[in-house]
Amino acid sequence: MKALFITLLLLIVSATAIAKTVEVAQKDKEFTVAEVEINKGDVVRFVNEDPFFHNVYSLSDTKLFDLGSFPKGEYRDVTFDQAGTVEVECAIHPAMKMKVIVKE
Amino acid sequence: MIKLSRSLIFFCSMLSLYGLTFSSFASQYVFEAGHPSLQRWLLPEEVPAPDNNKTTPERVELGKKLFFDTRLSGDGNMSCATCHNPMFGWSDGLATAKGFKSMVLGRATPTIVNTGYNSIQMWDGRKATLEDQAMGPMESHVEMNMSIPRLVEFLKTSDYAKSFKKAYPDEPIGTETLAKALAAFERTVVSRNSPFDRWVKGEKDALTPAQINGFKVFVDPDKGNCEVCHSAPNFTDNGFHNIGLPSYGAETPDMGRFEFVPIRLMKGAFKTPTVRDITTTAPYFHDGSARTLEDVVDHYITGGVVKTNVSPNMKALTLTDKEKADLVAFLEALTSPQKPFTLPAIPL
Repeated sequence: MKALFITLLLLIVSATAIAKTVEVAQKDKEFTVAEVEINKGDVVRFVNEDPFFHNVYSLSDTKLFDLGSFPKGEYRDVTFDQAGTVEVECAIHPAMKMKVIVKE
Repeated sequence: MIKLSRSLIFFCSMLSLYGLTFSSFASQYVFEAGHPSLQRWLLPEEVPAPDNNKTTPERVELGKKLFFDTRLSGDGNMSCATCHNPMFGWSDGLATAKGFKSMVLGRATPTIVNTGYNSIQMWDGRKATLEDQAMGPMESHVEMNMSIPRLVEFLKTSDYAKSFKKAYPDEPIGTETLAKALAAFERTVVSRNSPFDRWVKGEKDALTPAQINGFKVFVDPDKGNCEVCHSAPNFTDNGFHNIGLPSYGAETPDMGRFEFVPIRLMKGAFKTPTVRDITTTAPYFHDGSARTLEDVVDHYITGGVVKTNVSPNMKALTLTDKEKADLVAFLEALTSPQKPFTLPAIPL
């Protein structure tokens, strides 16, 4: 029982250690990258570097989210827990688009 | 630390001495005619057009005829120009548009001035391009209410056929070429020779001192905060904002962009219109609720009347009477000289 517990703990710890955080900024009304490739479980940190509010959302089946609005210097994290392609946009400025490609 | 603060104060004083002011963290202007920092406000000479509809004289000429032709409507009495009337700044002078059988519609007619520079069309952004948008009013039962098969048959059998052949020699006459021709004409309705444009290009006396001060108020985030949405070069961010108009407090308000992008922020949000040629397009706002530019400024001073879901970029403004007057004077400097417009002869 103790061995099983330790194994589970190790698995959780290693999974956490493997998950990485990729930063994507919103600057000059653009996402700083058009596309980012990550693994399932990784986090994308969206950082607003413009002196006004931005939004980040996706209506994709792979990952549905709406980060509301946040000002310069603030960020929001999204964990992508399913493989697939996620189209991400700013609802306020719809020309701002990018893709998150989530690998298994 | 004290030394650093003193250095900062000295640096800021020097900036002030040389007329430099930060309008935001992202942009910095020197308020002198022709200064390089202002050049981002100039529109490109060529209006962008898609590869499959490059602007040609034949396409523009055809589009102009179609734009003014009332036979494109079900009752034969409305053309595109009925609402987008050059005598009313390519709008209609009404608070909200009138459609089929004078039915009062829910939103103001947006001007077509400089729409060719925009990356998204309509108050709610439901159409991406002028080509995408062009058929909408004809197809709409509350607007021009036209039978599209009947319209295509008419175009094929009238003198229009020759003009289509010239403009689109390798394409059939149909809704696609009709939309393309209308879009080609709309791209010629341009305002980029206003006193402000001339000042940006270097003509010192093109703006009065009050108008230059109004521009400072316009771009200053702690004053007018207008540039946050009415950004360079076409005075629009092609973005969507709920600006807290009283009409959003109605029982069933117009939800605007939310109908197409169901994100909470988009409830009651509408596209930022250009303010170029603004003196020709009153009344203002998507619901036509502001009669004058002073009314517009008064609304923004409140930071929004209905605060429910108001844009986070909106905030109450503190403007002196002079700053307010200067801001309006600046807005008045965004209108290009109005030239006589020659109406087309319509093919029979």
